[in-house]
Amino acid sequence: MSLRIVVTVKYVPDATGDRHFADDLTVDRDDVDGLLSELDEYAVEQALQIAEDADDAEVTVLTIGPEDAKDALRKALSMGADKAIHVEDDDLHGTDAIGTSLVLAKAIEKAGFDLVVSGMASTDGTMGVVPALVAERLGVPQVTLLSEVSVEDGTVKGRRDGDAASEQLEASLPALVSVTDQSGEARYPSFKGIMAAKKKPVESWDLSDLDIEAEEVGLEGAFTKVEAANERPARTAGTIVKDEGEGGKQLAEFLASQKFI
Amino acid sequence: MAEVLVYVDHVDGAVRKPTLELLTLARRIGEPVAVALGNGAADTAATLAEHGAVKVLTHDASEYADYLVVPKVDALQAAYEAVSPAAVLVPSSAEGKEIAARLALRIGSGIITDAVDLEAGDEGPVATQSVFAASFTTKSRVIKGTPVITVKPNSAAVEAAPAAGSVEALAVTFSDKATGTKVTARTPRESTGRPELTEAAIVVSGGRGVNGAENFSIIEALADSLGAAVGASRAAVDAGWYPHTNQVGQTGKSVSPQLYIANGISGAIQHRAGMQTSKTIVAVNKDAEAPIFELVDYGVVGDLFDVVPQLTEEIKTRKG
Ligand SMILES: Cc1cc2nc3c(=O)[nH]c(=O)nc-3n(C[C@H](O)[C@H](O)[C@H](O)COP(=O)(O)OP(=O)(O)OC[C@H]3O[C@@H](n4cnc5c(N)ncnc54)[C@H](O)[C@@H]3O)c2cc1C
Ligand SMILES: Cc1cc2nc3c(=O)[nH]c(=O)nc-3n(C[C@H](O)[C@H](O)[C@H](O)COP(=O)(O)OP(=O)(O)OC[C@H]3O[C@@H](n4cnc5c(N)ncnc54)[C@H](O)[C@@H]3O)c2cc1C
Repeated sequence: MSLRIVVTVKYVPDATGDRHFADDLTVDRDDVDGLLSELDEYAVEQALQIAEDADDAEVTVLTIGPEDAKDALRKALSMGADKAIHVEDDDLHGTDAIGTSLVLAKAIEKAGFDLVVSGMASTDGTMGVVPALVAERLGVPQVTLLSEVSVEDGTVKGRRDGDAASEQLEASLPALVSVTDQSGEARYPSFKGIMAAKKKPVESWDLSDLDIEAEEVGLEGAFTKVEAANERPARTAGTIVKDEGEGGKQLAEFLASQKFI
Repeated sequence: MAEVLVYVDHVDGAVRKPTLELLTLARRIGEPVAVALGNGAADTAATLAEHGAVKVLTHDASEYADYLVVPKVDALQAAYEAVSPAAVLVPSSAEGKEIAARLALRIGSGIITDAVDLEAGDEGPVATQSVFAASFTTKSRVIKGTPVITVKPNSAAVEAAPAAGSVEALAVTFSDKATGTKVTARTPRESTGRPELTEAAIVVSGGRGVNGAENFSIIEALADSLGAAVGASRAAVDAGWYPHTNQVGQTGKSVSPQLYIANGISGAIQHRAGMQTSKTIVAVNKDAEAPIFELVDYGVVGDLFDVVPQLTEEIKTRKG
């Protein structure tokens, strides 16, 4: 029996670029290059490994995003995913976490799945809540924030390293997992993978394909509202000294002047 | 006055500091009603009362330890239905955010995560967030349902404000999804005796420049001289020099102490994302061009193997 894996991947503005807000207080996506969220590369990697360990498995990557988000799908396909789904609709502009989880859950259901694999957080919103929300919507176990994951005989197992303890988790499929950046380096796409990706199918769905009304998503459907966004004032230039034998003492003097000692 | 639900983060009855900060913030928008779950839940009452909880709803069951997240969501939802609060506040831990999100979805509300401040507004609580690696500050509101907001540690100074804190047993019926994800084993973290990283007033961190696990003793010695927590960059963690639980940054902990001392850390955007809101920032780095120096209040360009031990000695001398 084939194992159907859906990986949710987000297309995000490059974190090393100059990220800004647009006039409507959503992320300005024209100003900075976008890419596959680096933390979702770990999700693709773990999905591919799980698929390699299974007799018969298929990995589908899924994104919600504007036209350019196809780049994120291409990257995941070139790593080795089998096919891709792109949910794109003008009415999705400004969708918040609750709305994102609705669209993802509907798309995952339509695609059909035994296992959903997500990243630990996006590198732009960085909320880290979408996987839990999608699990709640799908009514499947959430096995999240795993630094180690495996699937065998219809059971997913993993390790979650929390603040107070490290836990071993277990759930029956269908289930949703999210993986951290401790789960193992993501592979680089090979030349062969990049060429093969060009021929892999990318389906495009819009809201009507998912039976979602425009007012359920986007800025209009949002449950939250950003009222102001201000650039943090640059820190005033600090004092910088060169160590010429007394650097530690000078630093101690500074700490004392600030009452830390 | 409207009631505000506060989810209590505690370990066997010992309330963690971020919860006390939440109680302080909750008082700005209403009367805090605390929800404490699991082993030792009732033991939290005295501390919570001292910090302003008018009521403490408690419930203990083995499900909280044996299954992941969902039992706690069921309980928080039961508390929500019992109280009809004006807002729900949860500490911004990884688990806290997951609990808050699922609750928000169930009760038809929006969610705001990682607030660093909270104030009462005409149309409900307004949350301040620090986004894009702390380069922007936003003000946001939940505009549908009862606001569910998670708040980062060190977002408010803890204030005592004695209140009744009467303990009430919460009635919880677990949903059929509560037992979906089993916790089959748990290894508690060994305590180092140092302050908790996210709660510490001072954090001393080491990066790739520390150059080896054994050299982290230099960083620990400085931390101990200041009563500080120890942090590490991802480069140091990936090299196996320090545990991942001590990583500061985007995929590690975000810290916001009074003082942050970065040693042998270049200051990559992902590291900055976790420490840029620190009050005072100090760095020791041998490269004068390292980006971390753009953030510092005081920087020493030098070899950390010279500067850090000298600093530690000087602190010990001054402290006598
Ligand atoms: C700076 C900033 C702050 C924000 N604050 C809030 C807020 O407080 N409340 C709120 O409701 N919304 C907020 N948003 C909007 C929110 O980020 C988006 O709705 C987003 O799509 C979901 O949250 P996230 O990106 O934080 O995802 P996370 O929850 O961090 O993402 C975790 C995982 O979910 C999957 N995923 C997330 N989005 C997608 C996608 N579009 N396509 C495919 N997979 C996906 C990926 O696997 C990802 O690794 C904020 C956005 C920004 C840029
Ligand atoms: C998705 C993603 C998430 C990430 N999350 C995190 C995160 O959470 N936290 C994090 O830290 N990073 C994170 N990173 C990694 C980040 O990009 C950097 O690679 C990392 O922070 C570098 O660590 P470093 O500063 O210790 O090392 P380097 O960048 O190598 O810097 C070492 C510094 O030490 C100095 N040095 C060397 N020897 C000495 C000496 N003897 N005395 C004084 N100074 C010396 C050097 O001049 C240099 O500036 C993430 C990356 C990605 C892609």
